[in-house]
Parts: sequence; structure tokens; C-alpha cells
Amino acid sequence: MRSAAVLYCNMLVSLKRIIKAGWKNFCRNITPNLATIFIMVMVLIFIASLFLLNPISKILISDLQKKIDVSVYFKEEALPDEILKVKSEIVKIPEVKEVEYISREQALEKFIERHSDDPVLIESVTEVGYNPFLASLNIKAYQASQYEQVAKFLETGPFKDLVDKIDYYQRKPVIEKVFSLTQAINKTGIFLATILGVIAILIAFSTIRIAIYNSGKEISIMRLVGASNWFIRGPFLIQGIIIGFSAAVVTLLITFAVCLVLDSRVAVIAPDIKLLTIFASNFWKLFLVQLATGIGLGVVSSLIAIRKYLKI
Amino acid sequence: MISIQNITKIYPSHTATGDKPAVALDNVSFEIKKPEFVSIVGKSGAGKTTLLKLILAEEKPTSGSIIFDDIDIHRIKKSQLPKLRQRIGIVFQDYKLFPTKTASENIAYVMEVMGAKDEEIQRDVSQVLELVGLKDKADNFPNELSGGEKQRAAIARALIHRPELILADEPTGNLDPYHTFDIIRLLVKIYELGTTVILATHNKTVINSLGKRVITLEQGRVVKDEERGRFIL
Repeated sequence: MRSAAVLYCNMLVSLKRIIKAGWKNFCRNITPNLATIFIMVMVLIFIASLFLLNPISKILISDLQKKIDVSVYFKEEALPDEILKVKSEIVKIPEVKEVEYISREQALEKFIERHSDDPVLIESVTEVGYNPFLASLNIKAYQASQYEQVAKFLETGPFKDLVDKIDYYQRKPVIEKVFSLTQAINKTGIFLATILGVIAILIAFSTIRIAIYNSGKEISIMRLVGASNWFIRGPFLIQGIIIGFSAAVVTLLITFAVCLVLDSRVAVIAPDIKLLTIFASNFWKLFLVQLATGIGLGVVSSLIAIRKYLKI
Repeated sequence: MISIQNITKIYPSHTATGDKPAVALDNVSFEIKKPEFVSIVGKSGAGKTTLLKLILAEEKPTSGSIIFDDIDIHRIKKSQLPKLRQRIGIVFQDYKLFPTKTASENIAYVMEVMGAKDEEIQRDVSQVLELVGLKDKADNFPNELSGGEKQRAAIARALIHRPELILADEPTGNLDPYHTFDIIRLLVKIYELGTTVILATHNKTVINSLGKRVITLEQGRVVKDEERGRFIL
């Protein structure tokens, strides 16, 4: 019982000495340590931007998708009641988000409103002598990929005789482009993130390795004067933790400053994107990921780099 | 205390450089009692440093064994090496002080490693600094010390934890004659206090002035082992 207490007490003393030595090492080698923190901040800023760009790209993509729709034009003889019946059928399709009915009169009004400053166009419509516009249903689906199904339903369904044209096929290239763009952005994002992430981690790792390489001889002497492996590793791990923690805090401050400066400017271009809100809602997740990456990198790199000097 | 039994150390050949295998020690055997002051002498390359490295278990012998108080030091587990090394103090020709620690931190490190209490460390470091005459240099870093001061700090580090054995590998190799005798006097004092000292050197004047046991190595073999030896090659 007593020996267990003594052992516990000795461990506490060793731990205290390891932490103290780690802090002293950090302060006495401040220049290389600041360089390591700088490199690690680069890595963490990269991770932070990926983290913040993910919700931003989602907002941008959904914005883009909202702007896509498909219009079905009905033949002149189709009655409003019949069209409304078609509308109620289309609404039942699970992929359809919303359907808007635009009557022939509304279509004309919209045309006049849109081209009010172009008297030639307005005059030509008046000269025709009758309303040349067709009634239409404006359909929005949840996803760009679902328009094809909706178009097929209208073409082959019970209402095909009422339908004059579906402008899905005219817009198909645009819709498909948005669809493939969305996928490409996601794929490229993941690919770039992986490659750059690996490069960044390797750079941080070699910076720490070089820092420990300079202490190689010192580590060998520590072994020769009877220090155990953990007593030698400890201060380097503490140093790694201090570097990782400092880098995480610096990165968080930089990210906050960037969000603060860009918030109002981005809001002008894309009102849906509120950088500060995104930053605030991701704050803890961001901080924890940065902390884990920073400390993880510091500790793992130190452990690997120190290994070869402990063989004596 | 230490029994060197048929120790042979051969460094393997390097095919890249075309070097042949080098025999550093060839069937070396002798015993050292407790306490004893033993000088190992010989030309450069005679095997003095290799022998000390083997005693410290820094390297493994090709054959033979070294028994330190009934422990075969090359057969114990790697995790037990620190405990063994804590019983030995070591002094190198190039001092090997920790450059980022002050003189007193360098000396205190060994006691910290052993888990001594803070008050004990403070008291002993101050005493040892006094003994080696470095009291006013306690807070200086190694690059602020002269060669003689660095070696005295290294000796202080080697003896602070009262080891049973001190290995001194050419401790005066980088020093002028005045500092050389300063260091040798210190080692003799440590021996007189009851610690075994193994001194490897090729300094003729030092050996001849000591009048203690001398083991002479030549091309990795023991060619002479005299109780009150002299440096004759």
C-alpha cells in the first residue's frame, strides 16, 4: 500500500518535471518553435477553410438549383380547369417541390412587364391582335436529377394531348451542367482536400522532425546518463502539445478576423451566405478539429522523429 | 565488481566503402575490484573507447560478456538499462553537456531522472558545484563556460548521484596541462571517497603521475596489466 503511494508520488514528480522541461524547451528554442507553429497554422487554416467552404458551397449549390425549373406549355384549346387538374396530379409526384400555374393572361402581363422599356416588342404583340402566349405550369423539383422523370411523366401520362411542349429538353443541357457541376465540385473538393491535406501534414511533420534532429545528440546523452524513454520523450511531447495548441488558437483568431472582414462583402454578392454565422455555428467543431489536428500532428511527429535516437 | 570475460568486438565490413571488418577488441578479459582506480591506456584505435561503450551497454559485444555485480549487462532487458546506467557516471572527452540547460540544470538532470526530491537536488547540486569549483557559474549555459569548466561540470554531472562506477573517456583530451591535472585530482578525490574509476587516456604524464593500476591495450588486446603501472608503449 505504502509502496503504491510512493510510486504514485514519484510519477507525479516525474510528470511535473516533464511538463516543466517541455515548457523550458519550448521557451529556449523559441525561433524554431515559432517556425513550426507558422507551418502548422498554414495546415490548420487550410483545414478551417475546407470546413467553412463546405457549408458555403452547399448554400451556393442549393441557390443554383433553386433557379432551375421546368415549364410545361399547354395547347391553346386547353381549359384552365383542365390545366389545374394536371397541376393537382403533378403535385402528387414525390419528387416535385412546387408547381405554379401561369395563365395565358398572366404570361402576357409578365411579358409586357419584362419588356416595358422595349416599345418595338410591345408593339409587335399588339399587332398580332390576340394573346399569343400559352398557359403553362412552372415545376420545381427537389433535385436537378429529377426533372427528367417529371418530363417523362407529362409526355407519356394521361395528359399528353393537352401538352404543347415541355421546355425541359431546351433547358436540358443547362440542367445537366448544373447537375454535373455540383458533383464535380464535390469530387474535386474531396480530391484536392486529400492531396493538399497530405502535403500539409508532411510539411508539418518534417518541420518537427528537423527540430528534433537538432536535439538528436542530446537525446542520446539522456539515454546514456540513465533517463528512461518516457522521461526523454515527455518534454518533446509537451512541446508538441504547446505548439499544436498555439497553432490552433492562432488559426482560430485568423479565421475569425477573415470572416469579420469578408462578412459584409460576401453578403453583397451572395445574401444567403453569412460568414460570421457560419463561423459561430461551427466554432466548437472547428476549434476541436484544429486542436486535435495540431496536437495530434505535434505529438505523432515528435514520437516518430524521436524513435531512432532512443535505440541506444 | 566488474568482470570482463573474453570480450571481442568486431565492427562489420561496409560493402559500400570497401572497408574490411575491423576488430576493435580481441578476447579481452580482466576484473576490477571495488573501489579501484584503473587506467586503460593505448594508442588511438587500441579499443579504449569501445571497451567503455561496452561497459555502458551503448554497444553490444560480438562475443563474451561483462558482469557488473552479478548482472550480465548485455543480457538484461532494454527497459532495465536506465536503472543500470543510473549506477554509472560517465565523462566524455567532448563533455557532452546539454546545450540548452544551464550548468546546474545539467548536473541536476541525473537526479531528476532518478526521481530525487527537489530539496535533495538543490542541496546536492550546490555541494557538487562547490566541489568542482563552479558555484559562480551555476546559471551559465555550456557555451558560456571554458573547456576546463565544461569538463568540471561534466564530472559534477557524473558524480552527483553517487554512482558506484565512473567511466572517464579521455576526459583531459581537450584541456591544457593546468586543467588536465585539475580534472585528474578531482577523479582521484572521487576514488578516495569510495567510487571505482575507469580512466581511458593516452596522456603519458597523467598515467605516470598516478601510480595506480594500468591496463595497456594494443590492437584490441590486453598486452599489460600492472598494479602500479606506467605508460610504456
